[in-house]
Amino acid sequence: MSDAATALREPWPDLDRQREGVSVGIWLFIASEVLFFGALLLGYAVYRALYPEAFRIAGAETEVFYGSVNLLLLLTSSVTMTIAVDASRHGMRRTVIACLALTILLGAAFLMFKGLEYSADIAKGLLPGAHFPLQPPQTQLFWGLYWVMTGVHAIHLAIGIAIVGTFAVMLWRRLMPIESPAMLGVATYWHFVDTVWIILFPLLYLVDRS
Amino acid sequence: MTDAAIADVAVDTQPASYLGAGHTLLSWLTTTDHKRIAILYAVSITLFFFIGGIAIGLVRLELMAPRGLFLTSEAYNRLFSLHGIIMVWFFLVPSIPATMGNFLLPLMIGAHDVAFPRLNLFSWYLYVFGAAFTVYALISGGVDTGWTFYTPLSTSYATGYVVAAATGVFVVGFSSIATGVNFIATAHMLRAPGMTWFRLPLFVWAMYTVSMVMVLATPVLAMSLLLVIAERAFGLPIFDAARGGDPVLFQHLFWFYSHPAVYIMILPAMGVVSEVIPCFARKTIFGYAFMVYALITIAVIGFMVWGHHMFVAGQSPLANLVFSFLSFIVAVPSAIKVFNWTATLHRGEITFEAPMLYALGFVGLFTIGGLTGLFLASVPIDIHATDTYFVIAHFHFVMVGGTVSAYMAGLHFWWPKVTGRMYSEAWARFAAITTFLGFNATFLPQFVMGWNGMPRRYHYYPDVFQAWHVMSSVGALILAVAYVLPLIYFGWSLIYGRRAGANPWNATGLEWQTSSPPPKENFHRIPRVDVEPYAYGEFVHLPMADDRTPPSLPSPASGGG
Amino acid sequence: MTIDSFMTAASDYANEVDGTFWVLVVISSLITLLVAALIAGFSLRYRRGSTARRGPLSERFGRDVEIGWTVATLFLFLFIFWWAASNQLSALNVPGHAMEIHVVAKQWMWRVQQPGGAREINEIHVPENVPIRLVMTSEDVIHDLFLPTMRLKQDVLPGRYTYLSFTPTKTGVFHLTCAEYCGTDHSVMAGRLVVMTAPDYARWTNAQPEADDLAHQGEALFSALGCSGCHAPTSSIHAPDLHGLYGRAVPLADGRVVTADEAYLRDSILLPAKDIVAGYAPIMPSFRSAITEDDLVKLIAYLKSLSTSPTGAPGSAGVSPASGKERAGGTPAVPGGGQQ
Repeated sequence: MSDAATALREPWPDLDRQREGVSVGIWLFIASEVLFFGALLLGYAVYRALYPEAFRIAGAETEVFYGSVNLLLLLTSSVTMTIAVDASRHGMRRTVIACLALTILLGAAFLMFKGLEYSADIAKGLLPGAHFPLQPPQTQLFWGLYWVMTGVHAIHLAIGIAIVGTFAVMLWRRLMPIESPAMLGVATYWHFVDTVWIILFPLLYLVDRS
Repeated sequence: MTDAAIADVAVDTQPASYLGAGHTLLSWLTTTDHKRIAILYAVSITLFFFIGGIAIGLVRLELMAPRGLFLTSEAYNRLFSLHGIIMVWFFLVPSIPATMGNFLLPLMIGAHDVAFPRLNLFSWYLYVFGAAFTVYALISGGVDTGWTFYTPLSTSYATGYVVAAATGVFVVGFSSIATGVNFIATAHMLRAPGMTWFRLPLFVWAMYTVSMVMVLATPVLAMSLLLVIAERAFGLPIFDAARGGDPVLFQHLFWFYSHPAVYIMILPAMGVVSEVIPCFARKTIFGYAFMVYALITIAVIGFMVWGHHMFVAGQSPLANLVFSFLSFIVAVPSAIKVFNWTATLHRGEITFEAPMLYALGFVGLFTIGGLTGLFLASVPIDIHATDTYFVIAHFHFVMVGGTVSAYMAGLHFWWPKVTGRMYSEAWARFAAITTFLGFNATFLPQFVMGWNGMPRRYHYYPDVFQAWHVMSSVGALILAVAYVLPLIYFGWSLIYGRRAGANPWNATGLEWQTSSPPPKENFHRIPRVDVEPYAYGEFVHLPMADDRTPPSLPSPASGGG
Repeated sequence: MTIDSFMTAASDYANEVDGTFWVLVVISSLITLLVAALIAGFSLRYRRGSTARRGPLSERFGRDVEIGWTVATLFLFLFIFWWAASNQLSALNVPGHAMEIHVVAKQWMWRVQQPGGAREINEIHVPENVPIRLVMTSEDVIHDLFLPTMRLKQDVLPGRYTYLSFTPTKTGVFHLTCAEYCGTDHSVMAGRLVVMTAPDYARWTNAQPEADDLAHQGEALFSALGCSGCHAPTSSIHAPDLHGLYGRAVPLADGRVVTADEAYLRDSILLPAKDIVAGYAPIMPSFRSAITEDDLVKLIAYLKSLSTSPTGAPGSAGVSPASGKERAGGTPAVPGGGQQ
């Protein structure tokens, strides 16, 4: 098929090898991302071990509702992304584009709720600095990490949305073949971003909240 | 090697050459050809090498007098910081991988290009983007935190453009990661038929192991710098002691990357030397398998020794002991490599072209650098010597005496392949010898004054050290001349140099089985590999082919080694 | 007084370090000469055109040689590690009654407080042949106190105490420099270590203007800041009794048991919510904004004196805390530098 012919790129000898190559490449990138977030999580772990009481006090102020809604949104988006990838392997063009669109919508909804959550946090004054409402001072460590962790995650999600959006447009305008091996790459990245939220959620929202 | 590819070799820069395929600037800036990207990198890193070099030239000039000559302390501090930042991230880390790795990896394994050519171009743009941020920091006045950005100085007390500099380094780190991902995928997926793992040239193994380190270590640096930016620009407390933060946590995160980073700088250099010495000794590398295992061992254990930069930082004595022990262990595979390179010379048939001079210089200088590393791995010695010129001398011996020498060796060795021209051997040898002498004159005195108590990062210093500083500065001047010379004779060779044949050194390796310069697709037909690497015959005296003779095959391997 | 050379070894430990250093120099020189000789020798003997015998060695020979020098290198390096490490381990034993001197580093000076109350700037006077323990902290960035003639240095951190222990065996005036880049005037943040005979040191101490020792001054602060309001035995507020506290094990509310060392006392004053004592409510306010580092030094000296004298009369500079005890859950407050 003409789609399969354009899917093959230099320097790959055949499409199977290319798919495998994309898989190797994206997993290596995920490995680097694991270390990226891992360093951040290490900081969190160190400070939580040093100041458990302060972290309990600080963690009680996070917005569990928004966090949980966002968890559900991302989990669902991973489902739609998985369907999209599977459909792409079978050349089901409309399904692929529809599922990518849904994924983008769910991701955008996450960012919207994130924005609402950030407004709520700011309204409570939870920006570390001179007028921070909580005591002891180490509660500011928790919140400093909160802004960095959720911010970095949100940036990753936004980049993911941009890439998925680009793919959706290119597929729609037939600038990219449906069977493109790159679909697997972007899906793996999306699942990774989802997994990071699955890890961040209990650390930021459920700690000591029983 | 194979006889199949010989018939396809073209001898000159015909339109088939990658250099001829598109003459506009745009064709260069939008290329996905790994060979052109290598040249884009080479031009960029050379520019930064000289910027970093000028910075330290000013520093060494200032250090001729104990109370300085013409710089304020602010300016001095910013100059040495910029020297470190630029040399580490904008020269040394990309140097061999982004230039020679990019150019040679597909050629050496018999592929048309790297696995992800567009990612390759993107990695160069990341480099340029990061560099732009750093240049902005430089022309706006610079940073004075040292290349190590220690908190709380960097987050709360330093004046200067810390955020810009840190952002520049953050971005260029992703260039590293992209290159690493590309190389690993290439090595796994695109080897020519018959090119098994243990038939790969050691340079390819070096690219593979360094890529693993780049992919896994660099993200931790990225996060360390991101946290510094978060604290400094957004007031988010991460390392602020007043609110319970731990400034030493930054050091752990920073050195977790920065120690493997020095192996990022040395592993490719070792790869180059392993290509050059067998060629000019006309003999297969001694102990190929051990050389491979040594590369892997260095890469792995290199992740476990970061605490040896922190013996006086407030770590527990137990941690000091563990890191000290592991640091001694990681020295063993490096020592094995030195012995193997030396043993390769035994019963060889040695000539002393410029690449060989640089490679032999590497072995000697790396030995000294590595042995002084053992000094620093001993905790009581390090407690005295850390943060003095002893450490400066140590790391310059391995990074400059080591990596830069190997970079020069590779540059000269593969220049004919990349450009299709021969350089002036007489000038190159002169530059190599001048480099060796200038380097030792610059850095040997620093060991002495360091052990005698001369701290590092000092603008003003006690009079008693002046003689050593003057010696070191004069050496630096000689070194500067030696580094400028290649610019001149390489530039000259591009226009007037003799045209090179496909294999002017009569070397083994698939890259020599295609024309100089290679065609855009590297090989008209992908070769099939069925011999071991470094199949330099041990009984046959092979004449060095001059570039007018047609490329000839080295004799097939005839036992031994 | 003229300052002694950087290279003077002013303690027994310094001499040991020098010994280790020179042995390493000898070993490294031998290895370097060996490698250089082999490279030069082979280059000469096997240069192209020479008549030396070439041809292969047996494969087994090659492999045996490889294994041989790998093992030899490993053993040599392990030997050097063991030797240097044993050097350091013996230096880690803190002698029981070290004289404690407090050092506060800030950009770009060293403020020193002698146990007798005398204050110095950029100078530390010590008696010879007495174990000295510097208790150091920084007011701003990370500095490093470097005593080249003791062959010792230790980073000085904000928010934490680090320690440097040594026993000088030579009188004289020695260099003291900052060895962690700390900003513009890092290179001029230098000072002097003045080692005197014991009688000279006593004379010098008596001649210093501040006669009150640290513990006395701390006692005054203890009242002035209102600490006795809660912590005095007669107070109606339920607060821990501080007599004999220093050096004792303290059970915390979360089940951990920590040792009350300087770091614990410091944190209790500045970050009281960090470690709540078992059986007490977390009602103590933080005094971070009310006191300076110098005040802290005095308060801690006073609290330490409460251990040696149950009546509350000031005692001399305190006993070294149990070193090596990990503070549960945190970075350990253990001696950071090499010691005699």
